[in-house]
Amino acid sequence: MTLRGLVRRFASALLTLLITVAINFFLLRVVKTDPVATMTRGRKVSAEKRAQLREQFGLDDGLVVQFVKYLKELAKGNLGYSFQTGQPVTHEIWSRTGPTVALIGISTILSAAIGIWLGIRSGWRPGSAFDRIATGTTMFFYSTSDAFFGLILAYVFVWELKWFPTGGILDPRSDNTGIAKLFEQLHHMALPATVLTIGYLGQYSLVMRASILETSREDFLTLARAKGARDDVVRRRHAVPNALLPSITLIALNIGYVLGGAIVVETLFTWPGLGLAFSRALGAQDFPMLQGLFIVSSASVIVMTLLADLLYTRLDPRVNLA
Amino acid sequence: MTAPAAPATPAAPRTPATRGMSARSIRIARRRRALTQFWSEYRLQRAGLIGLAILAVAILVAILAPVLADYAGTIPSNTIDAPERAAPSFDYLLGTDEKGRSILSLLIWGARTSLLVGLVAAFLSIVIGSALGISAGYFGGWIDSVLSRIEEAFLVIPTIPLAIVLVTVLDRDLRTIILVIAITSWAGSARLIRAQTLTVKERLYVERARALGAGRWHVITRHVLPNVMPIILANLTLTVPSAILSEATLSFLGIGPFNGISWGKTLEAANSASAVKLGNWWYFLPAGLAITTVVLAFTMVGNALEHVLNPKLRDR
Repeated sequence: MTLRGLVRRFASALLTLLITVAINFFLLRVVKTDPVATMTRGRKVSAEKRAQLREQFGLDDGLVVQFVKYLKELAKGNLGYSFQTGQPVTHEIWSRTGPTVALIGISTILSAAIGIWLGIRSGWRPGSAFDRIATGTTMFFYSTSDAFFGLILAYVFVWELKWFPTGGILDPRSDNTGIAKLFEQLHHMALPATVLTIGYLGQYSLVMRASILETSREDFLTLARAKGARDDVVRRRHAVPNALLPSITLIALNIGYVLGGAIVVETLFTWPGLGLAFSRALGAQDFPMLQGLFIVSSASVIVMTLLADLLYTRLDPRVNLA
Repeated sequence: MTAPAAPATPAAPRTPATRGMSARSIRIARRRRALTQFWSEYRLQRAGLIGLAILAVAILVAILAPVLADYAGTIPSNTIDAPERAAPSFDYLLGTDEKGRSILSLLIWGARTSLLVGLVAAFLSIVIGSALGISAGYFGGWIDSVLSRIEEAFLVIPTIPLAIVLVTVLDRDLRTIILVIAITSWAGSARLIRAQTLTVKERLYVERARALGAGRWHVITRHVLPNVMPIILANLTLTVPSAILSEATLSFLGIGPFNGISWGKTLEAANSASAVKLGNWWYFLPAGLAITTVVLAFTMVGNALEHVLNPKLRDR
């Protein structure tokens, strides 16, 4: 990849990040002229606390001055203090990152692997029984609300069959350590991860299916067949590597959607990650926390997309970022 | 207009079918022909027809809600005497919730909000996407650069977190939810519409129109817009599902419109009333299935539209 392309990509990612931060900043200060009133909406707050908040936000300065100050604080990693606990938002977010990264990570890997496999099989023999069943099933789950899917799983597997715990990450009474503890955590994670894995399969399988279909018309496949390669060799060695590329960008972009799903399932199964923090902050009207969570989640999707783009150019020399 | 007289002799030169017709009737005839052609191709799409039938039923239910179910029955203060958490029976076909409200009535009235939010939000999203996509594609240059950067940003910023942050600042009513869903979902269609505009712009007849002195507005409304319309239509139909799902998610998180009934709010109510724990499956099953069915139906119609309107996909 050329240096110019690299610089352009980074600049674009940085710009997106800046837009996110600007949305965050101006939302509270421009849409509603008095952020302190918005932030304390529906709660009793002493005049003293109000003044302190005004001071903290530097509301008496001009907008541009405020924005620059805000950026400076942000660069230092200061996202303000949570209304709920009084702790720094950065600290609150950091302590909840692990469970969410594990949940989203595992379900994204599973979802992408299964979805891409289904897409390859479906696209290679379009209209076959396998294609119709696979495409129909993934479409059904893709069209289902995460909340509904989660409720169904909780009803069947938690309360009727009693196979899985109601929620959380560890039983408070448990004294498991090491491998046993890990298994207990996985046991707690099974249902939320199932929702996110099966719910988002469609994204991968449909794109992969279309991509394989497109590739299957290429001349180089005819050439490979003419050379006498068996059908599964043509698929594995020639079609799949060429058709796989769009899925890579998709994985990164999809993280953004899965984040929305994670907020729902973490709330439903009280999985102690960023999603649960998001909905708790929402309930408590904890603005610094909400904004911090928004910035952190956007930033992670931006970084993931950037990484996917870079990987893309490594895998496909035809793509030049210039 | 009377039809042209039949040629006196078989050897007479054929008259064009449009002879003697006014410009307006030519246009109407052409549109009718295009529509018949479209329908004869759409009819071949089985999934598209099934989707259309499901949507017709859902929209009918939403419109006829006052006839099908008494709104008073969805207000808790009116249902004090009704049984609570009753399983489906002849009195209550889909059972009742913890306040004694009929789940069937909630389902019927919920169709209104869910469909309304889905359709209006998708429409707004497509309007934003078309305006920005066509401007970027048609004007090019710095306008394109600026719009494309904004669009890239909105493509990447995660939708639900952005919607949550927006909703907490704005007033929580139906209008806000619709607006927020539209603001967070236009980028994908803007990108497609921009690409299509770029190809239309370079076509010969557009160049001809410009050479004849047509202004920007004329070219955009008379040549570009009709040519990107198929993409806009297919995209509109495919944006509705994600808008309906977004409404369900936002409502489930407790930030849907305060007043009113929607399928997403029923899911939220079922969750906070511990319906799952108490085995009240009838509480969340109808609303959840309704969302899935309507979303699937819109997707099926959208795919069929895309298939018919986009010749490149024809032989798939």
